[in-house]
Amino acid sequence: MKTIGKILLAVLMLAMATTAMAGTLEKVQQNKELILGVSEGVAGFSAPDSNGRWTGFDVDMGHAVAAAVLKDPDAIKFVPLASKQKIVAVSSGQVDLSRGTTWTMKRDGKQGVDFTVVLFYDGQGLMVKKSLGVSKATDLDGASVAVVSGTTSELNVADFARANNIKLETVVFDSKKEAFNAYVAGRTDAFTTDVSQLASLRAGATDSDQHIILPEVFSKEPLSPFVRHGDNQWKDLVTWVLFGLIEAEEKGITQANVLEMKKTSTDPMVQRMLGATGDIGTFVNLDNDWLVRAIQAVGNYGEMYNRNFGPDTALKIPRGHNNLWTKGGLIYAMPIR
Amino acid sequence: MKASKLKTQLPTLLAQTLVVGAILYVALQLFQNTQANLEARNIASGFGFLSVEGGLPINDTLLPYSPADTYGQAFVIGILNTLFVSALSIVLATILGVLVGVARVSTNWLVARLAAVYVEVLRNIPLLLTLFFCYSTLLAFLPAPRNSLNPFGDIFINNRGMFASRPEFQDGMGWVFLAVTGAALASILLIRKSKRMRDETGRGLPAGWLSLGLLAGLPTAAYFLAGQPLAFDVPALKGFNFKGGMVLKPEFSALLIGLVMYTAAFIGENVRSGIQSVDKGQLEAAKALGLKPGMVMRKVILPQTLRVCIPATTNDYTSLVKNSSLAVAIGYPDMVSIGGTIIGQNDQAIEIIGMWMAVYLTINLVLSMGMNWFNAKVQLVER
Repeated sequence: MKTIGKILLAVLMLAMATTAMAGTLEKVQQNKELILGVSEGVAGFSAPDSNGRWTGFDVDMGHAVAAAVLKDPDAIKFVPLASKQKIVAVSSGQVDLSRGTTWTMKRDGKQGVDFTVVLFYDGQGLMVKKSLGVSKATDLDGASVAVVSGTTSELNVADFARANNIKLETVVFDSKKEAFNAYVAGRTDAFTTDVSQLASLRAGATDSDQHIILPEVFSKEPLSPFVRHGDNQWKDLVTWVLFGLIEAEEKGITQANVLEMKKTSTDPMVQRMLGATGDIGTFVNLDNDWLVRAIQAVGNYGEMYNRNFGPDTALKIPRGHNNLWTKGGLIYAMPIR
Repeated sequence: MKASKLKTQLPTLLAQTLVVGAILYVALQLFQNTQANLEARNIASGFGFLSVEGGLPINDTLLPYSPADTYGQAFVIGILNTLFVSALSIVLATILGVLVGVARVSTNWLVARLAAVYVEVLRNIPLLLTLFFCYSTLLAFLPAPRNSLNPFGDIFINNRGMFASRPEFQDGMGWVFLAVTGAALASILLIRKSKRMRDETGRGLPAGWLSLGLLAGLPTAAYFLAGQPLAFDVPALKGFNFKGGMVLKPEFSALLIGLVMYTAAFIGENVRSGIQSVDKGQLEAAKALGLKPGMVMRKVILPQTLRVCIPATTNDYTSLVKNSSLAVAIGYPDMVSIGGTIIGQNDQAIEIIGMWMAVYLTINLVLSMGMNWFNAKVQLVER
């Protein structure tokens, strides 16, 4: 089980040589493979499809990085990691890049990882059955809540209860599936995790229209892909590939028109980004076609979002905070120059 | 002679020293490597986090606990839960296991077959699946709080647990406890005296009945004399759930049932093999003496069986303690579940894993020591 995974990780830490810690970029280029930490299956973010191919928002992010670094978007080895494992897996160098997770001061400062770019602004919420007749979270005094272990959600829900002076009975499960099943079976009145994941689980339920997500969001969960602490070369590279995808949406560069834009665009920023002029790719140890390859692989940020969360998907998560800053959202890329 | 002995042993001694030295060297290297690796990656290490406020909620605790308590306190709550469920499971699994073992060798065809089916089914299914099965069956079977089952009195059963009144002691309860202690002491003296009389004269006192009367009568009298110093905190449906009283949560019940049923299958097999190891002559001799079948089992067969099955059962007990860590799958906050949460919030995996190992090792070593002592004691009686 997961315990075994954790113990293996600990053993891995024990066994690793102290000195040999080559740069991640070098390692990835040498192995011609990006090792990407994904979830154990969260629809929309990272989950294997019916053919066993990993799909999702985080998977697309990995394809973009692999395309930029290795010129092959599919040169990825997927490593499914439980919430509890993901940090140690990155800090120990077991994986090169991990799916987005909540960027916190402690993780950044004390747990041996560095965050790149927030690609999804999420927050923890509560889902209840419609039949319960509850319309806001503070109505839940005395209710029981199913929580998934190994995340910050236990802490958040306990803090929320203490702050609002209500009592919640929390039942903590090892896996999201078991927690959700217990909620569906009526063991608990509510189920809590990040709103995006509530939507994802609800989409998979047989009676998906019988559940509502309460309006309160009681935590900030900025999900950012992260890398090992102290490898600035690699962190810069990932950061700027992701900024590139965001900037591409702002500039209207899409999967379909990227080659066209490279040839015809007169916007100096677009010319620089796509390598028509200058040598901007070399700033992060890449060549000049880095962003063209990334966009060819997965499209721009908006295309990635719509493919995985958009109105045509089962999740149907509105853009909300995850819209471009020019459209009232929080998604903002630093200037590429 | 001594010198020559030393001479023959010298190579062996040298080899052993070398091996031990090598192991120690590797262990030291591993330790230093880990330290250096953690430091190089800027990962916090050490046990300082144990005294930090954890903020983690635990729904089933034996001692008062709140999220404002420290990680260390939370972990202790987890250890207590592990110990509690393990201890209770060991007792119940032993009782059920002995019954199953006896049933296995029963001359009643149906009973023997049923016991065999029980053993084979439980023993060959992974415990995790048994636990999932117990838990989901419980949840599917039990009604929502609003439609609680109410078999009798103030007992309510629903999918949030089994609720019962909690006795609350008022002033004067001390007298009742005193009466209980007094009655117990008097009973022990009475039984001893009766035994001595029987040994000497062949006739004893009806000590069993007398003690029962004492144990029931004295505390009852004291209870009423002290003015009924007992109140009950009665559970009542309020909002989403019952409040007040005592509660047995479905997670705990499912874990207990699963562990007991699973381990009882193994203990049952130990008991069966133990019974079958008793010489047939013993059975025939006992029958020849005119003992009834129940007597034969209780007085002749089982005492000899115990001796044979204690070592194997010790293994099953230690397995049970370790298996209780599967609690995490069905939402019971045992030590592994709480430790996992602490890792999730803190990411000091190595420390927590070390603590898990230390606690399990301690529990199981103590358990083994106790069982070995018991084993030695039982073996000695044989002479």
